[in-house]
Amino acid sequence: MLFSNSENWFRDPWDEFDRMRRSLWGLSSGSLSEFPSVNMWVSSDDTVVTTEIPGLDPEDIDISVAGRTVTLKGSRKADELQKGESFHRRERWNGEFSKTIELPFNIEADNVTARFRKGVLYLTLPKAEAERPRKIEIKSN
Amino acid sequence: MEATAKEIQKKETEVKEGAERTRAKRLYTPPVDIIEGEDRLLLIADMPGVDENSVDITLEKNILTINGTVEPEIPENHRLVSYEYGIGDYHRTFTLSDEIDREKIEATVKNGVLRLTLPKAEAAKTRKIPVKAE
Repeated sequence: MLFSNSENWFRDPWDEFDRMRRSLWGLSSGSLSEFPSVNMWVSSDDTVVTTEIPGLDPEDIDISVAGRTVTLKGSRKADELQKGESFHRRERWNGEFSKTIELPFNIEADNVTARFRKGVLYLTLPKAEAERPRKIEIKSN
Repeated sequence: MEATAKEIQKKETEVKEGAERTRAKRLYTPPVDIIEGEDRLLLIADMPGVDENSVDITLEKNILTINGTVEPEIPENHRLVSYEYGIGDYHRTFTLSDEIDREKIEATVKNGVLRLTLPKAEAAKTRKIPVKAE
């Protein structure tokens, strides 16, 4: 048994997370069919969602939060060709996107923070107060 | 969206034999648009996580190389539970068929997008040869 998965010894850490995601979290979103792709980081108090949407200005990104869901919307236009210009390659995405992510807790909408840096969006979504873990003091008597 | 998310997924660079990297980091091929005008080539590359200090462009003979280094920003005291994209550096090379005026190459990076203007050298600009009717 010990050697049953020996070929995976040097598995890439991202692949490892991928496997963990499938087996543990079972998010209702997480399908690759929707753009943009997101990564999620959790702590006991919040979830950080990151996504790569280069070429947008921060004011062009529309973020809305309702209950357990957060929706990201935006759009990007391709460069318009000037007279006499032509595309040699056209690989970059353009158009509108909308993605809704459902979290396993209610989001404290008033305290959501968003930061956009180098084309990467970082969204911090705190848990609603009622759902945060609480430390219970044990009285000795 | 014009394309599906699967087509937009970041593409990992295939490492050619004998050219392995010393850093154990993922390497991605940035998607590009290349627009040719009469007097310039404009190359636009999506490289999220890169800024003007972490992108390196070289033109040697007619080989244009773009390298971008990404320092992943990992939220402190958080655990990654779900991921749809990987983070790593960028690398791509192009062979340019036109003669480029090296002195006038301009590059900017904004919001993770590199825009590279490569002006054609005088000799390479398209010349229209008028054909006279006899």
